[in-house]
Amino acid sequence: MSSESVLLEGEKSESRTRFDWDFDSLRHTYGQISEIALGEFKLDVYPNQIEVITAEQMLDVYSSIGMPLMYLHWSFGKHFARDETLYRRGLRNLAYEIVINANPCISYLMEENSMTMQSLVIAHAAFGHNHFFKNNHLFQQWTDAEGILDYMEFAKGYISRCEARYGEVAVERVLDAAHALMTQGVHRYPRRKIGGLGDEEKRVQDRLAELERSYNDLWRTVPQNGARDKRRTTEAERRELLGLPEENVLYFLEKKAPLLKPWQREILRIVRHIAQYFYPQKQTKVMNEGCATMVHYETMTRLHEKGQLGDGAMVEFLSSHTNVVLQPDFDDRRYSGINPYALGFGMMQDIKRICLTPTDEDRTWFPQFAGNGDPWETLKEGWANYRDESFIRQYLSPALIRKMKLFAVVDDGVSDLVVKAIHNERGYQTVRSALARQFDTAQKEPEIEIVDVDLDGDRRLMLQHRVYDNVLLAEDDIQPVLRHLADLWGYEVSLSEISSSSDAVLKQHTAAPTGALAT
Amino acid sequence: MDIIDRRLNPRGKSLANRQRFIRRARQQIADAVREATGKSSVADLNGGGKIKIRRDGIDEPQLYHSGKSGEHTHVVPGNHEYVEGDRIPRPQGGQGGRGREASADGEGEDAFQFVLTQDEFLDLFLEDLELPDLLRKQLKKAESFLPRRAGYSVSGAATNLNLVRTMRNSLSRRIALKRPRPAEIAALETELDLLADSDETLDRRRELELELDQQRRRAKRVPFIDPVDVRYNRFEMVPQPVASAVMFCLMDVSGSMTEHMKDLAKRFYKLLYLFLSRRYRNVEIVFIRHTHVAREVDEETFFNSRETGGTVVSTVLEEMLRVLQERYPRDQWNIYAAQASDGDNLSSDNAKSAALLEKRILPLCQYFAYLEVGDEEDGFNLGSEVWRTYERLDRAGHPIAMRKVNKRNQIFPVFRELFARDQPVRKAAS
Repeated sequence: MSSESVLLEGEKSESRTRFDWDFDSLRHTYGQISEIALGEFKLDVYPNQIEVITAEQMLDVYSSIGMPLMYLHWSFGKHFARDETLYRRGLRNLAYEIVINANPCISYLMEENSMTMQSLVIAHAAFGHNHFFKNNHLFQQWTDAEGILDYMEFAKGYISRCEARYGEVAVERVLDAAHALMTQGVHRYPRRKIGGLGDEEKRVQDRLAELERSYNDLWRTVPQNGARDKRRTTEAERRELLGLPEENVLYFLEKKAPLLKPWQREILRIVRHIAQYFYPQKQTKVMNEGCATMVHYETMTRLHEKGQLGDGAMVEFLSSHTNVVLQPDFDDRRYSGINPYALGFGMMQDIKRICLTPTDEDRTWFPQFAGNGDPWETLKEGWANYRDESFIRQYLSPALIRKMKLFAVVDDGVSDLVVKAIHNERGYQTVRSALARQFDTAQKEPEIEIVDVDLDGDRRLMLQHRVYDNVLLAEDDIQPVLRHLADLWGYEVSLSEISSSSDAVLKQHTAAPTGALAT
Repeated sequence: MDIIDRRLNPRGKSLANRQRFIRRARQQIADAVREATGKSSVADLNGGGKIKIRRDGIDEPQLYHSGKSGEHTHVVPGNHEYVEGDRIPRPQGGQGGRGREASADGEGEDAFQFVLTQDEFLDLFLEDLELPDLLRKQLKKAESFLPRRAGYSVSGAATNLNLVRTMRNSLSRRIALKRPRPAEIAALETELDLLADSDETLDRRRELELELDQQRRRAKRVPFIDPVDVRYNRFEMVPQPVASAVMFCLMDVSGSMTEHMKDLAKRFYKLLYLFLSRRYRNVEIVFIRHTHVAREVDEETFFNSRETGGTVVSTVLEEMLRVLQERYPRDQWNIYAAQASDGDNLSSDNAKSAALLEKRILPLCQYFAYLEVGDEEDGFNLGSEVWRTYERLDRAGHPIAMRKVNKRNQIFPVFRELFARDQPVRKAAS
């Protein structure tokens, strides 16, 4: 902590003197940081909106999955209760930054932080993350920074109107079911340009009208000509009819589930939009944090060089920065997987080094940019065009593999672990692609598709899970999730786990609706 | 670029979500509260604190890869000695290759832990006893509050400024930051004035001027009073007492009293204590247990140690009387008593007990509650020796309430009479 309490005229009441920052010094520092970030590093950001909040408010944002506006649901209360307990017991520090991918980009500053920490957060969130949100192609393609806050406002309002009209319980049941399928509620591959969220509210009305006009083949009750010889639909026909296979389960239900009421479909749509909005963040954790950490580190260093940051503050900054990018070894008690901040920051620093002072090894591995002398351009290009998996595959250097002493271990769940590759000439490629796979969302999340509906029989909905490396789904949750799915669909559902190598059915699960949604 | 101060926004944004969560997990939380009340002492009704609940009903299931099946390749940092092809024995529990089997929300525990507020706790505790709403409100609200001095704070109203503290802080800060006293500056000034304007004093004058300049600047830089020095008197609102009350817990601990019976009795005492602590500033509790002899004990002993022997009720009444006369004069204390027993008594003792109660004890008491506890599956019975004895007193209009209780939800009705009998007199807030 810096020892002097700076007080400026007119702000004595505004920022209590317990803290060594005030609104003038924040503005002043913001100006200095933006000079460096925009002027020297040539970052490209959305306009910033910086909000000062209390710890309790930070917990609020935390528990409602990092959204400033959110509908009401018991699960957020549960998360709040847990986070608060951990925080009060001192087991967890609040992340000192939350930033919302919106235009203007909202960053939160906690009032308890010292001026140094506030500067760090401004550089990290308001410039680092902000630049990433605006420029990464995944975010450009999948998220609508312009419309998200208005959309959340609409969603919150819509759901509370539903509660008023249909009762809290009925709405809660739909939300519970939708939340259980949230991971299966995203389009992973672009099909067509999605419109903005801005006019979503208007489209609700249009959709309702369209629904009344449209015709759902599941309801075919008119007897066919010659109904005696029962007409069988072929699989190809059904696929055509229902647009199968479909990986986005929530989307399919919203459009095709026969028994849902229009407001229930709308709620599924809301949950689906939120899931889709966060999907790019899942895929770019390392890059996003790496970019933000790199920006704050370089910015603070420049501030110090320019004499705008005192030595004491620099030491304070470095100590907290070191904590953020700490990567404990695998045999350390603190180890809990690869720290995305550490890996991301390590890679960004490494790219900078390769651009400025490459070794011969670097030149062979990265001929396209080694020694080009322009680290920021190189970084920005990487940040714009990749996601974690492809970024690691493209940019992880042998030097960094050695520095972090990375090695790959194969675990078949039965016998001893086998070391597959280490940080040596033979192992670089293997380690690199294994690490890339480890950060591939598509690998981490099960690949589940709706493949068929039994239109001629009991309207059972059939799903498939493609199993790679014999990794099945976790047993405990399958039944509850399938029950939620059956409730939404209205009839039985079945899920087969199919081996990707032999197409053999490894496991079969079925569930029937519980009637929770039937009113 | 905007900087917005959101700290002034209304607090408790997640309260609605929290209430929904508590409503959803109500059953589990009520169980946990029940367990906690069983464990805590009679006077400990601050409740709140950490509770653990089962996860069923508050799980958020998701489909995710199992960590237990199939083949996983992990990339791990910090290799010291391994080379390609090494085999590492499977680690026991968590460490290394295969991480802990995490559940979807990143917690591998079966139990969910969080902190209940005192209000939530009391709500559930009182609901467990099936108190009517109106009464629950009354119990949860203390009668009136008066501010009481409670240390100092760094913020407050100007009227509460504590000058002594503030100046003490200011002084220590001025000393620490070496702020010159006005006298020191004055001394330098006079010395400077006295020095003749000649060459031999030039050096000394330069020195003095330099020092004076430094001192003056320092005096300017270090303020006489800085906002960090300011201290205010802090006040806490405490319930406004009517007076003091003492509560006697009398219990039969002979072998015939089961754990279940004791638990019922404990709940009853708790409720009485809660009721009293809302109305009186200090409530003392006296525990007296008896077999064929009675002794005053501490709470631990009262509930937890077994005694053997017959049952003679009059002993406990005599002991209570002794304590009363010794420590709790009638003019300073409101006296409440709650007796729990399974109703056994030596038949020759009943008359003696009745006489003791009628002549000596009841006249002193605000209220005497007799709880006849039975096992959960006990049917209706005609009442025991003790019951019939007390019944006569009740009919004669003495302040005594009595109930047979087999289940928790039967405890409350004992109080009904108490509330009917003396509605708390609302004092006008001063």
